[in-house]
Amino acid sequence: MQQPFIHVKNISYTYPGIEGEVEAIRDVSFQVYNGEFLAIVGPSGCGKSTLLSIIARLLEPSGGTISFQNPDGSLHYPRIGYMLQHDYLFEWRSIYRNVILGPEIRKNFTPDTKEHIDRLLKDYGLYPFRDKKPSELSGGMRQRAALIRTLAINPELLLLDEPFSALDYQTRLSVSDDICKIIRSTGKTAILITHDLSEAISMADRILVLTNRPSTIQAEIPIHLTLTDNSTLAARGAPEFSAYFNQLWEELYHERKETAG
Amino acid sequence: MKEKKPRGELTTQEAFLLNHRRHKHKILLLRTALLIFFLCIWELCARSGIIDSFFFSSPSMVVQCCIKMTADGTLFTNIGITLAETLISFFLVIAIGILSATLLWYCKSASEVLEPYLVILNSLPKSALAPLFIVWLGTGMKTIIVAGISVAVFGCIISIYTSFLQVDPEEMKLIYTLGGKKSDVFLKVVFPSSIPTILSTMKVNIGLALVGVIIGEFLAARRGLGYLIIYGSQVFQLNMVITSILILCLIAVLLYQGIRQLEKHYERKL
Repeated sequence: MQQPFIHVKNISYTYPGIEGEVEAIRDVSFQVYNGEFLAIVGPSGCGKSTLLSIIARLLEPSGGTISFQNPDGSLHYPRIGYMLQHDYLFEWRSIYRNVILGPEIRKNFTPDTKEHIDRLLKDYGLYPFRDKKPSELSGGMRQRAALIRTLAINPELLLLDEPFSALDYQTRLSVSDDICKIIRSTGKTAILITHDLSEAISMADRILVLTNRPSTIQAEIPIHLTLTDNSTLAARGAPEFSAYFNQLWEELYHERKETAG
Repeated sequence: MKEKKPRGELTTQEAFLLNHRRHKHKILLLRTALLIFFLCIWELCARSGIIDSFFFSSPSMVVQCCIKMTADGTLFTNIGITLAETLISFFLVIAIGILSATLLWYCKSASEVLEPYLVILNSLPKSALAPLFIVWLGTGMKTIIVAGISVAVFGCIISIYTSFLQVDPEEMKLIYTLGGKKSDVFLKVVFPSSIPTILSTMKVNIGLALVGVIIGEFLAARRGLGYLIIYGSQVFQLNMVITSILILCLIAVLLYQGIRQLEKHYERKL
């Protein structure tokens, strides 16, 4: 866990607009360790998603660098799995054809990949539903299918962009627990973006608090909960939970007051 | 809790289904009755001399005309020609429509430049172009097919392109996060999600292609139903005109139903 995997150095992002340039991110630096679960919280519209898109190389930063030192010591760009705010399962494909989308696009749908995907479907209880249409599945199952689609390309880094925000509260609790367990069991490094403070505390090892636009890092809070088991529901009941919640709330509230003043 | 009330020996659900079926049968019966009523009135008026059957024909004269034209072979050759021209125009319209919309989607600046021209061409009454086509292409099947295409193609491009643009940007982002390129975005998301729109565009365009083909045949044909209508009106063979128009109605309905079946097949597959 102590080996830094991702080095984000002095990232900034400015985009041109008709009414002048918009500075979305200013000089953000942080590291993520191998196997760590990092959560990034911040006010809405602060550029959290932009930051994630930059890490995923979907956007080119205006300044700064991102480098990787993979667990095996190599420096190549890792395979990245990205989960979006909705599951975006395509209705014209069966669940199976949806989850193989990644390998299909990368044109490496080998027997090994097929075996890997079958195992994922079996492990996460979707194998009997592989020929169903997405609309025949519940919200939680759809989210699991979306996670399998993400894991199908065997990513070395997972980026989660508010993946539970479209779900109702109950589904959200069980799905976030579900998905957190899956990610923990694979030991993969993950970065979660959320505006739900409880979700961040219950899932992450460490939380970065971003300020309003232009985003900078306001605070970095490591989370250590006394747990009876490793479910996020248990985490929400941990004795330290409310203290962390108040601390985060203070950080965000303080920041909002400053911007307002 | 209220108990299910049986109506006679039927449960509420069964009664509902029975009513539903009865209602559907009633509608079908009334529709058929209306047609028969109209035909009877037409025939009676013609026989009793209320309308002049020389100008307005009558159902029995239409049937006679059909028999005569079937016997000398003119009916089916002309139907065949109009049908072939319509289908060729239609398939070319769909092919050109999908291809052009795809190119516009790939090249956003081209679509921005071309947009006002497409709108103008789409709103132009295409029959105004038909004399030009005759001068350029002569009188023959080529002109008629081009006329058929010209009526439908611009609207077809616009509706397919618009549906391409309505794809959720986040769905496109999904393809990029999975390592896809722009062509993957098109093939995996944009095109498949536009298939319902393409099918409903087809339903409109099969009718438009028929309109264009008939306009073309009015002006530049020696064969086809459009030609029969014009020829018949010129030699006061109004039986032939009305027979051809009725057959056109039938063709229009059958072509539309053909596409409708295709659409239903796709929906079932989904």
